[in-house]
Amino acid sequence: MIHSLFLVNSSGDIFLEKHWKSVVSRSVCDYFFEAQERASEPENVPPVIPTPHHYLISVLRHRIYFVAVIQSEVPPLFVIEFLHRVVDTFQDYFGVCTEAAIKDNVVVVYELLEEMLDNGFPLATESNILKELIKPPTILRTVVNTITGSTNVGEQLPTGQLSVVPWRRTGVKYTNNEAYFDVVEEIDAIIDKSGSTITAEIQGVIDACVKLTGMPDLTLSFMNPRLLDDVSFHPCVRFKRWEAERILSFIPPDGNFRLLSYHVSCQNLVAIPVYVKHNITFREGSSQGRFELTLGPKQTMGKGLEAVLISSQLPRGVLNTNLNPSQGTYNFDPVTKLLSWDVGKINPQKLPSLKGSMSLQAGASKPDENPTINIQFKIQQSALSGLKVNRLDMYGEKYKPFKGIKYMTKAGKFQTKGLLRGRAWDLKN
Amino acid sequence: MTDSKYFTTTKKGEIFELKAELNSDKKEKKKEAVKKVIASMTVGKDVSALFPDVVNCMQTDNLELKKLVYLYLMNYAKSQPDMAIMAVNTFVKDCEDPNPLIRALAVRTMGCIRVDKITEYLCEPLRKCLKDEDPYVRKTAAVCVAKLHDINAQLVEDQGFLDTLKDLISDSNPMVVANAVAALSEIAESHPNSNLLDLNPQSINKLLTALNECTEWGQIFILDCLANYTPRDDRESQSICERVTPRLSHANSAVVLSAVKVLMKFMEMLPKDLDYYGTLLKKLAPPLVTLLSAEPELQYVALRNINLIVQKRPEILKHEMKVFFVKYNDPIYVKLEKLDIMIRLASQANIAQVLAELKEYATEVDVDFVRKAVRAIGRCAIKVEQSAERCVSTLLDLIQTKVNYVVQEAIVVIKDIFRKYPNKYESVIATLCENLDSLDEPEARAAMIWIVGEYAERIDNADELLESFLEGFHDESTQVQLQLLTAIVKLFLKKPTETQELVQQVLSLATQDSDNPDLRDRGYIYWRLLSTDPVAAKEVVLAEKPLISEETDLIEPTLLEELICHIGTLASVYHKPPSAFVEGSRGVMHKRLPARTGSGEGTECPDVGNAAGGSAPEAAPSIIPSQGDLLGDLLNLDLAPPTTTGPTPSTSGMQMGGMDLLGGGLESLLGGDIGGSPAMGAGFGAAPAVMPASLNAPVGGGLGDLFDLGGGVGMPMGAYIPPKTVWLPAMKAKGLEISGTFARRAGVIQMELVLTNKAMSVMTDFAIQFNRNSFGLAPAGPLQVLTPLGPNQTIEVSLPLSTVGPVMKMDPLNNLQVAVKNNIDVFYFSCQYPISMLFVEDGKMERQVFLATWKDIPNDNESQFQIQDCHLNSASNKLQGSNIFTIAKRTVEGQDMLYMSIKLSNGIWVLAELKVQAGNPNYTVILNESKYISSLRFFQ
Repeated sequence: MIHSLFLVNSSGDIFLEKHWKSVVSRSVCDYFFEAQERASEPENVPPVIPTPHHYLISVLRHRIYFVAVIQSEVPPLFVIEFLHRVVDTFQDYFGVCTEAAIKDNVVVVYELLEEMLDNGFPLATESNILKELIKPPTILRTVVNTITGSTNVGEQLPTGQLSVVPWRRTGVKYTNNEAYFDVVEEIDAIIDKSGSTITAEIQGVIDACVKLTGMPDLTLSFMNPRLLDDVSFHPCVRFKRWEAERILSFIPPDGNFRLLSYHVSCQNLVAIPVYVKHNITFREGSSQGRFELTLGPKQTMGKGLEAVLISSQLPRGVLNTNLNPSQGTYNFDPVTKLLSWDVGKINPQKLPSLKGSMSLQAGASKPDENPTINIQFKIQQSALSGLKVNRLDMYGEKYKPFKGIKYMTKAGKFQTKGLLRGRAWDLKN
Repeated sequence: MTDSKYFTTTKKGEIFELKAELNSDKKEKKKEAVKKVIASMTVGKDVSALFPDVVNCMQTDNLELKKLVYLYLMNYAKSQPDMAIMAVNTFVKDCEDPNPLIRALAVRTMGCIRVDKITEYLCEPLRKCLKDEDPYVRKTAAVCVAKLHDINAQLVEDQGFLDTLKDLISDSNPMVVANAVAALSEIAESHPNSNLLDLNPQSINKLLTALNECTEWGQIFILDCLANYTPRDDRESQSICERVTPRLSHANSAVVLSAVKVLMKFMEMLPKDLDYYGTLLKKLAPPLVTLLSAEPELQYVALRNINLIVQKRPEILKHEMKVFFVKYNDPIYVKLEKLDIMIRLASQANIAQVLAELKEYATEVDVDFVRKAVRAIGRCAIKVEQSAERCVSTLLDLIQTKVNYVVQEAIVVIKDIFRKYPNKYESVIATLCENLDSLDEPEARAAMIWIVGEYAERIDNADELLESFLEGFHDESTQVQLQLLTAIVKLFLKKPTETQELVQQVLSLATQDSDNPDLRDRGYIYWRLLSTDPVAAKEVVLAEKPLISEETDLIEPTLLEELICHIGTLASVYHKPPSAFVEGSRGVMHKRLPARTGSGEGTECPDVGNAAGGSAPEAAPSIIPSQGDLLGDLLNLDLAPPTTTGPTPSTSGMQMGGMDLLGGGLESLLGGDIGGSPAMGAGFGAAPAVMPASLNAPVGGGLGDLFDLGGGVGMPMGAYIPPKTVWLPAMKAKGLEISGTFARRAGVIQMELVLTNKAMSVMTDFAIQFNRNSFGLAPAGPLQVLTPLGPNQTIEVSLPLSTVGPVMKMDPLNNLQVAVKNNIDVFYFSCQYPISMLFVEDGKMERQVFLATWKDIPNDNESQFQIQDCHLNSASNKLQGSNIFTIAKRTVEGQDMLYMSIKLSNGIWVLAELKVQAGNPNYTVILNESKYISSLRFFQ
């Protein structure tokens, strides 16, 4: 099971260590630092690193490495999932998960870690249980505690800990009863140079914010539940009911939680909402290159594309660019060679474009990389897969809750591959 | 006001100040002081000097202060055991507290104080807490048993805590059940043989019920525990699968992967024609795909596991190729894993897409990734024949880019493509030759030289090309030198007229100016071959090469089966059995997939290695038959031609030398040579051939040694020692070649091994392990390879064996499965030992006893066979050398009858009657055993 945890910041200092069994010397992290040094990018540090006596399993979140030390055969996913839970908890408690926030709350952090894991076994990882055991620091509470000498440690056994619904505490009371659901879809896609889709898949989630009094029992049904064949549920969802009737039936946790995540990968179901036409050419022997990029909406179901942002890593040989955006602002960083163009909204009547020239390093040979173009965008009020909630009902309680559903589509890893180098050149000749 | 204030220090000295504050009367100040102490602790400062002062704060009603003191105690109790005793009273008192939170906290903290003296005080409170009315306390106490076991295992057993823990599996609260399972699993890990988790249908049912209700972490523990269960039949298996499948939709990826493990294992038992089997297969794909949309760290672990799953059951993900396409911003470790799986899933149906992707990857920035992508294109060509042409043209395109490492990588894979499809793509050689100068990596240079040598007849200036390499011969790496030597000899055999000078030059460079024994030996062999019989040389050197396999980097099936049982664990990430690497897993039991029961196509596969009956019905290519290796075949072939002469010392000497040379690395080429020369094979023809004891002398490999050996070896008394055979060819073991034999010397069974490093990197950390076998053979000591084994080095080790290891009947009886580990990987092979090795020295039976026993043994236990072509002289003496004792001799009707006794190491007696007809070289042997032993290879 999990032996120890080290928190390492981006400059390679260990700023917190916690041991659940015997103390493991922090020198064990040297192996991690070696791997860190070898990695070209911070995110390239391998997640599992063997050392002579231990294994180090790490995740990188908010530019902090969470390095868990284990000694015996443990499922690595279990460790990684747990580390994620630690990060989420910190974020939940302190608003942000940064080195400063952790250092500012080091005692709470320590108490939390002790509560979350016992002898390497997870003890309480549900946020509502933890919050009953250790109250999150707020300015008001800090002041009150300083004056009255009371503590931020709960004295009673959390009620939800052992109930059949460990995710919900009892005795919840609200004056405004409300339940909001956000259907958020991210589309990951790779589009090839000719504009046809290589892969496209939708990662969808339904995040909920439920503030309801008592023990409400909710059911959520969809217009087109058949879309959901690959789903992961929050433990509160009754799986049998879903299997039989394709209805989500659950007693919700209190507050914010992710009800389910789903995956739609079937090619014909994934509409590509945006297209990019681009032409990047370099001439052999010349120190100039041409750059042309146009984008426009494709299948957006009548909704507008917003917050469009284009970014591309240009070849190393490019010294500078002289481009003209028809709208928005563009920026080229000559050091990292990163081109980014903040397009904003796309007006279908007047498609945005970015055109101009690039200057190349004198004497350098024709750049031999082909830039990939990453696109970010948002589409409000639409779920790309077409998933629609039919109705939400509540049982078990008498009051009338306020209900709301929101849809949104975002680009995840959405990229268009550049022209293969040499090709454009060939065509011109 | 934040906690960062606790980190500030004052001039006076931190510890001193803290001490004063801790002893303050004001509660608030005390608490602040403890917080400061904890803060120092979190950054690794040593504040153990404050121990007594902090412990004094323990007696308090303030829960936060109490918790903080407990935190401190857990960290430092070990360094102050005597002081820690002071805390015991408070713990015991807290265990009686009316608040369950405090009871649980006390028992939890007590378990974390890893001080031996405290443990005895812990027993009573723990016993109470295990039976506490509050489930929260019970589940905490369950974990405490595991903690205590870690500190003092004996105590836990004596106090009967293990039984209490087992009872908790039937607890009414699912959380308690989950923790009890987790604790038992952890304890069981250090006691591989104890039957702690005694799983039966009833307890399984309870676990499955708890599975639905406990937390996500509990589900992981329960699923991992379920995976150890072997259902009685396919129906039970199916019902478990049905109850586990909902877990595939869990949000926690660890739960999903553990569920996949259970399903993959139990699926093995389901008949394939069952509808449910197909349903299950379909259900497995989506969760695996979903794992790939998680965070990169999770993806990595998932990909490593998917790599195993697609090798075992490619059908699950065969339509999901696209999710493995690499994304631009994937971390490099994810990219490399995805590439691997893409190749595994590549088939005729999707090859076009895969190739297009690979081509893109080959133009990316990251060097490692690009190299692997280029290599992947080559693997596609070899795997999917229809795509070979396209792959080759893609590779040529890549060579045109002139990017140095791309070109080199491409040449290495093109060499393999030539081997796979001879006489098809040789037209590209010209393009390759253009890039000769840019090659600076040994592997690429060696590959290019191989190509030039192999196709010397088609390359007009092959001699010039090779000559250009020859100039810097001494600066080349061994790999290149060996390849160059072979290539020039090939060239000479193909174009003898103009290249005589070149071949002489290279031979003299190799034999006279080199101090590398492998190179020298190969040089001498070629030299002798060329000078004695050029025709034979041609046959040997230009012999047809065996085809290379389609699928590379496949995991050996027995290992794969074991790894499938360990899906989701570290073992699955490293693709090594858990016994091989995790410290503290003392002799982990090897897990196996259950055998398929019920109807279906239950084809009875002969046991391949560990795959007891349940070996994949898809008949995955078996990689293990180390003895059926090419060399072995060639040598065995030579056993057939009858030779009337007994083995002369000189030939056997030659033979040993020859064998060793083979081990030294001449591969198929030399195998043919040894096989071809009749004199060498002769030694095998006779029955108990007495091999020279000079085996002991290091047969280092130089030809000079070899002839010395042939000199004056007499007829020493000693057991028959079979010649060394290659057990583990280098190509199957990442460059490690192992050949060896068994011998019995001074009553001790020795395993004599020759380890050769044919890889480019140094090998260290050798270790050896045997699987259970028929005679309980086990290493009596560690494998003595003290110095690191450098590239192309060879080392001989003698491993004493004992016969007290665990016993399991093998088929054939004398089969031995061995695992050898080094810093690179773990390798498996199996070999067969001569039964004669097991004959003990005190196997001489009294005459009367012999007579009585002979009569007592039922006829069923008698077997008879003939040995041909054996020489009579001093047979009994020689036999005695092998611990076969002649009890009596008589002559009946012109036949000599020899009666003999043998005792095996496991106490079984074998009695034999040997009939020898004068003038007839045939022997008839009648064997009588007190227990029937199927094959006595020794006599054959």
